[in-house]
Amino acid sequence: MEILKYIGIGLVLLGSIFLLLGAVGIYRMPDVYNRLQAGTKATTLGAMSLILGVGFMEPEWLVKTLILVIFIGIANPLSSHVLARSAYKNNQMPIIKNGIDAYKKINDSEKSEEN
Amino acid sequence: MELNYLYITVLVILSIAFIIGMLRFIKGPTASDRVVALDTISIIATASLVFMGYIFNRYIYLDVALIYGVLGFIGVIIIARYLEGAL
Repeated sequence: MEILKYIGIGLVLLGSIFLLLGAVGIYRMPDVYNRLQAGTKATTLGAMSLILGVGFMEPEWLVKTLILVIFIGIANPLSSHVLARSAYKNNQMPIIKNGIDAYKKINDSEKSEEN
Repeated sequence: MELNYLYITVLVILSIAFIIGMLRFIKGPTASDRVVALDTISIIATASLVFMGYIFNRYIYLDVALIYGVLGFIGVIIIARYLEGAL
C-alpha cells in the first residue's frame, strides 16, 4: 500500500506546518482572545492531521490514532472555551474596544442567581 | 532506525514551534497568556510523541501520548478555574 504512505506523509507535513503556525500565532497576536484563536484552532487541526498521518503510515496503529484524534477533537475546543471564560472573568478586555460585550448580560444574570 | 529527510524536516519544524511557544510562556504579560501558551505547548508535545513513536517504531508511545494529553487537559482546566476565582 504505497498510496497510503504518501497520503500519510502529506498529512504529517501539513500537520507540522499548522502546529508551527499556531505557535507563531500565540507569539505574534496582540491580546489573550486573539492568542486563544490562533493557539487552539490551528493546533487542533495540526495535531489531528499529524496523528492521522502517522495512522496512515502505519496501518496497524490506525485504531489507537483514531482514539487520539477523537480525544483531541473533544478536549481542545473545551479547554479553549474554559480559558476564554476565565480570561473574561479575570477582567481582561480585548484590545479593540467597540463597546460590544455580548457575554456581559449572561454573566450578570449568572452572578445574580448565585447571590 | 534511520533518519531520512521527512523525519528531520518534521522534527525541526516541531522544535521551532516548541521554542516559539516557550518564548510566549516566558514573556506573557498576564497569567492567562501563560496558560494559553501551556495549552499550545502540551498539544505540540502530544503530536511530537506520536511522531517519535513512529520513528522509533514503538507502539507504547501512543499510550504515553494519550495519557500526556489527558493530564495536560486536566491541568489547563484546573488552572483556568483557579484564575476564574471558582476554586
